[in-house]
Amino acid sequence: MGLDFSVVPQFYDIILIGVLWTVAITVASALLSFFGGIVFAVVALYGHWSIRLPFRGFAWLFMGTPLLLQLFLIYFGLVQIGVDLPAFVAGVIGLGLHFAVYNSELIQTAIIAVDKGQMEAARTLGLSNGQALRKVVIPQAVRDVLPPIGNNMIALLKDSALVSVIGVSELTLSAQRAIGRTYRPFEFYVVAAACYYIINLGMEAVLRRIERRTALSR
Amino acid sequence: MTDTQHFVEIRHAQKAYGDLEVLKDISLNVERGQIVAIIGPSGSGKSTLLRAINDLDALTSGEIWLDGVQVNKTLPHRQYEKHINQMRQQIGMVFQHFNLFPHLNVRDNVTMAPKLLKGISKAEADTLAEEQLAHVGMLERIDFYPSQLSGGQKQRVAIARALAMKPKLMLFDEATSALDPELVEEVNLVMKKLAEEDMTMIIVTHEMDFAASVCDRVLFMDQGVVVEEGPPEKIFRNPDKDRTREFLRKHLEGAK
Repeated sequence: MGLDFSVVPQFYDIILIGVLWTVAITVASALLSFFGGIVFAVVALYGHWSIRLPFRGFAWLFMGTPLLLQLFLIYFGLVQIGVDLPAFVAGVIGLGLHFAVYNSELIQTAIIAVDKGQMEAARTLGLSNGQALRKVVIPQAVRDVLPPIGNNMIALLKDSALVSVIGVSELTLSAQRAIGRTYRPFEFYVVAAACYYIINLGMEAVLRRIERRTALSR
Repeated sequence: MTDTQHFVEIRHAQKAYGDLEVLKDISLNVERGQIVAIIGPSGSGKSTLLRAINDLDALTSGEIWLDGVQVNKTLPHRQYEKHINQMRQQIGMVFQHFNLFPHLNVRDNVTMAPKLLKGISKAEADTLAEEQLAHVGMLERIDFYPSQLSGGQKQRVAIARALAMKPKLMLFDEATSALDPELVEEVNLVMKKLAEEDMTMIIVTHEMDFAASVCDRVLFMDQGVVVEEGPPEKIFRNPDKDRTREFLRKHLEGAK
């Protein structure tokens, strides 16, 4: 049985829906991981110990265990305690929080590295500590770690394939469904891989654009 | 709150890090519109004293008063934060390394604090930025980012940023020390202009010529005490204390 890519076009709708779900889950999780990462960084650096310590435990949980297990726990585990999340929402929470913890580590380091004269100048103008963080320190810290955060977002896109196991009809699951109907794994996995690659190129283009736009503000 | 109060009063300022006393019981009065220069060798405590005035470096003991209100009041933490933010809005400060906000353009550097703290509209903020930047001769750079400016231009924007809060008092912490020699003059000119407009200013500086030409009074500090103070012509031409004379002589030699 040779390779036959001619079957692929018949399933373009399934693949297209898969692409759309993958993009949707990646964008939603990326936003959660970005803003969550900022919040986590601030909590880790400035939170009261009664918030900071549980947070450390939570961060350890997310960094020290497999993402796949976390997705199972959120989707199948939480039902038992009455939290029944749709698969898409469970996937976004899992991916988003997982990468938020990684982003938070980057942002924490960057916040510490912002010149302390920046905080002083802001406080001297009469800004409160919170205002100075929000308006002066955090924007600079985030700007400084945009490239590594971008790398995390690329990793997030690739790891979004994992949410196929909780039944989100994203690209990988769509490919599997097409394979189930045609018994042509090579063709459809290659097509799925090509789609991931194209989405990846699109993301990199967006990230480069953002980095260029912040270049002057250094 | 009596009639005899001074505009700025520093009463028995003392600051220590463990056993190291950086300020030893310093008292100083500055009247409205006066310009006071603080000179002295590095490590003399002059910057620490300046930074104590807006509580950027807290005193170990002593009081700072501005226009009848104590700056470093003893209050519970939250109330103190509110109070000090209010006081700092009235005290402009200019730093040696400018500390402009690199992620904001010149306009936003100037208007960020007034917009946030005084709730002015965008139109009012734009007018304010234009006024303040015109004042320091930086209007044509309003849409530039700090990274696109020279040191002297950065410092002029930093002065405009401080003035946009309409402070009662301006503190200058070696405002020209980090500048290339040819850029010092443009900043000095802006400071002279402020002096002519009767801004009350306390200036920590290494530039004796500038201090002599604009200041009403000069303080010479060494090892945490005010060794000598007086009008510039006296301090620079005919000081009473040997330590002052010694410092000025060394400084003059260094400048050659």
